[in-house]
Amino acid sequence: MSWLTEYVRPKIRTLLGRREIPDNLWVQCPACQQMIFSRELEKNLKVCPHCSHHMRATAAERLAWIFDESTATRIELPKVPADPLRFRDSKRYADRLREAREKTHLEDAILVAHGSIGGQRAVVAAMEFDFMAGSMGAAVGEGIVAAARLAVLQEAPLIVFTASGGARMQEGAVSLMQMPRTVIATRLVKEAGLPFITVLTDPTTGGVTASFAMLGDIQIAEPGALIGFAGARVIEQTVRETLPEGFQRAEYLHAHGVIDMVVPRPVLRDTLARLISLLRVREAA
Amino acid sequence: MRHFLDFEKPIAELEGKIEELRRLSDPDGINIADEVARLTEKVDRQLNVTYARLTPWQKTQVARHPDRPKASDYFAALLADYTPLAGDRAYADDAAIIGGLGRFHGHSVVALGTEKGSDTDSRVAHNFGMARPEGYRKARRLIELAGRFGLPVLSFIDTAGAFPGIDAEARGQAEAIARSIEACLAAPVPFVATIIGEGGSGGAVALAAGDRVLMLEHAVYAVISPEGCASILWRDAAQASAAAEALRLTAEDLKRMKLVDAIISEPIGGAHRAPAQTIATVGQAIEEQLVPLLPLDAATLIARRREKFLEMGREAAA
Ligand SMILES: [Zn+2]
Repeated sequence: MSWLTEYVRPKIRTLLGRREIPDNLWVQCPACQQMIFSRELEKNLKVCPHCSHHMRATAAERLAWIFDESTATRIELPKVPADPLRFRDSKRYADRLREAREKTHLEDAILVAHGSIGGQRAVVAAMEFDFMAGSMGAAVGEGIVAAARLAVLQEAPLIVFTASGGARMQEGAVSLMQMPRTVIATRLVKEAGLPFITVLTDPTTGGVTASFAMLGDIQIAEPGALIGFAGARVIEQTVRETLPEGFQRAEYLHAHGVIDMVVPRPVLRDTLARLISLLRVREAA
Repeated sequence: MRHFLDFEKPIAELEGKIEELRRLSDPDGINIADEVARLTEKVDRQLNVTYARLTPWQKTQVARHPDRPKASDYFAALLADYTPLAGDRAYADDAAIIGGLGRFHGHSVVALGTEKGSDTDSRVAHNFGMARPEGYRKARRLIELAGRFGLPVLSFIDTAGAFPGIDAEARGQAEAIARSIEACLAAPVPFVATIIGEGGSGGAVALAAGDRVLMLEHAVYAVISPEGCASILWRDAAQASAAAEALRLTAEDLKRMKLVDAIISEPIGGAHRAPAQTIATVGQAIEEQLVPLLPLDAATLIARRREKFLEMGREAAA
């Protein structure tokens, strides 16, 4: 299988090799406005120590936080045709892509790695909201498919951290077709008898929510995360009603039976480890 | 009364003249007949020229034309013994998605469609073809029913998209769409989807992840409406025409990118000028696509369908 030799070749990179944060920096919490010492914030997994507000995290941080220390190996993702529509609005999509790559040091809005969580093998895909609002084009779709295939190959559960504004408009119907493509990916994992767990983070909307994000065997959300299909503004314009308090937030979805649990970031790894061990009786036997 | 689109103005004027002439009672009836014939020919020529080179934005308007045949028109003309089925067995029956059993060219099938309605009352009743979770859950139920009895699924898609509403979100709109796509992909029976008008975003894909996806010549299929795209990327909804161009949402574009399998020609002047002829042509096209799928077993159908979608967008086609 060519896809295998293409990207499963272990290429160990340090997940923590991102830009260093200066020690003396203060960050203001967008929720409670308190100042937080940046090192303390990092240590606290970007959760405000004053009000527990969960700040957005990068894909690299997700991977670094979730795997057991130094067990993670990032895989290279298959290349997809860039800019299939030769799209341009006020800017060329090709330029937007280049800028996003420079800004995030990522190829596209997804990272995939394998490693262990609580001593158990797992494959994790994490979406990067900073890369064109985590929008799903062919590269993200291919990343989910690759992660699913890797999970099947390694007989490991697949965990996906979602963060997305929806479809990548600049890829038109190609981005739309990532919905069925990623749904197929979830089927591959489930048919192999492996758990598929989604961790919905702020924000997860549009075509990502309406495909793989909502097909988890177990669905977890971070506190306060905005999760929905349609955007709040579009809904307001359509129904001309004021949106209810907490609408489309993790806790609202939990109350409406859409997700299994709202899990604070500091206990997420333990929760995932427990879920995997509870689900994988067959393997342990 | 015929509804004319903006760019059809010259045609509207000519047809107006023809109407006027016909109403004239005149002793020189022969001259009038000549003039009517001459103008009619001119209308045909004009329609031919206009419709041969519709811009993507004009196609979007044609795809949304109020007189364009709707899913229910296809059901009525193509299905014998059509028996509508209702409800998601959990909450409600959503009239934005219609479906049931029927006989298509002699084959017992499950038919599904997003229904926009054709007059004010029916448009409201069908929520303008914008479904809520119960609609997608009904679709999933009917696809599963088709699977149980080995009946092919025929879907007819014409929707601006899923309904953006508070209630829809509260009842899990995203999950309902995802499960409907999943049901399409897992159907152990032949599945032919046809985009007959607007293929709007996830709400369209929910019923269109089939073995074969057909598109009418002037139908559009897009990830977002041109207006929505323009207001986000151009920050100006008036740039819809430019957005329609950029989104590559025409049947020709989708065929070239191998995202749909075949294009069905429309009569001159668009489906709304000759609904019966359009529906018959669509019926023939579906039959042609369906017959080769009938002998295939469930495993083959599902595997090929998956392979088809997994291959999409992997090679550059622009
Ligand atoms: Zn705070």
